[in-house]
Amino acid sequence: MKFLITTAVAYVVYLLLTIGSGTVFLWSNAELIIGAVFAVVVGALLKNRFIGKDLRMLNPVRWFTFLVYLFPLFFAMAKANVDVAYRVITGRINPAIVKINPNLKTDLSLTILANSITLTPGTLSVDVDEKTNELYVHWINVDPEVLKDMPRDYHPICHNFPDWARRIAG
Amino acid sequence: MAALNIVTYIFIGIGLFFNLIGVVGLHRFPDMYTKLHAATKCTTFGSIFLIMAVIMQAAGIWAQGGTSQSVMCVHAVLVLVALLVTNATGAHAIARAAHRSGEKPARAVVDDLGGKEND
Repeated sequence: MKFLITTAVAYVVYLLLTIGSGTVFLWSNAELIIGAVFAVVVGALLKNRFIGKDLRMLNPVRWFTFLVYLFPLFFAMAKANVDVAYRVITGRINPAIVKINPNLKTDLSLTILANSITLTPGTLSVDVDEKTNELYVHWINVDPEVLKDMPRDYHPICHNFPDWARRIAG
Repeated sequence: MAALNIVTYIFIGIGLFFNLIGVVGLHRFPDMYTKLHAATKCTTFGSIFLIMAVIMQAAGIWAQGGTSQSVMCVHAVLVLVALLVTNATGAHAIARAAHRSGEKPARAVVDDLGGKEND
């Protein structure tokens, strides 16, 4: 099972890289054969490294959720980019490093959340506490309301991205 | 094709604007972390639009029967995915390394990480 999945992923990536090389659909015969050979080799070597103990990411619903998640992510990126462009021009910044606790359990969901936080400008994930799964986020224009109470509210920083990350990989 | 060209020019314009903002921010901001904001995030967003312009041109030629352009189109999509993953991870790694080597955020209001032991 692990071998089949790894081989299939490797073969798809190889085919994407060599698209447009021939006339069998879009590939040449040589590329199709050599790609299959390399995919089998890669699958045999890396099957335990590519897929861990946890098989929950095989669920197609999670992949579909991830694709849907790209739209609010892109929207947040666009909005925040205009905000940072404004701060670059005017120079009005108010930076801080705040600790948030998104209540995520798995490593993959935390990775998705940290990358999303970094991609939306104005916030940059600096460090993670691996024991409690808390993120330290550098925030370029801190909201004074958030600084008042100590378990910080994460909604001004990353909206409802933790819920999305939990749905995708939780 | 004319409409496609106009959309491509608009995308290139947006992309260059955000890349320019990134360069200006790199010179204006006071410290390491804020410079990282400008240098990595604005350029990521600008590069997304530049790559989308490439994808649209290549897909336009592909749709008219030039299969040799399919490689350009798919490779641009792969570049976009790689850029999104590595740019965020790289910015995170640089920021973490800077904080561990004692770089303090300038003009910071609060620093939750400051009192934490570096283990």
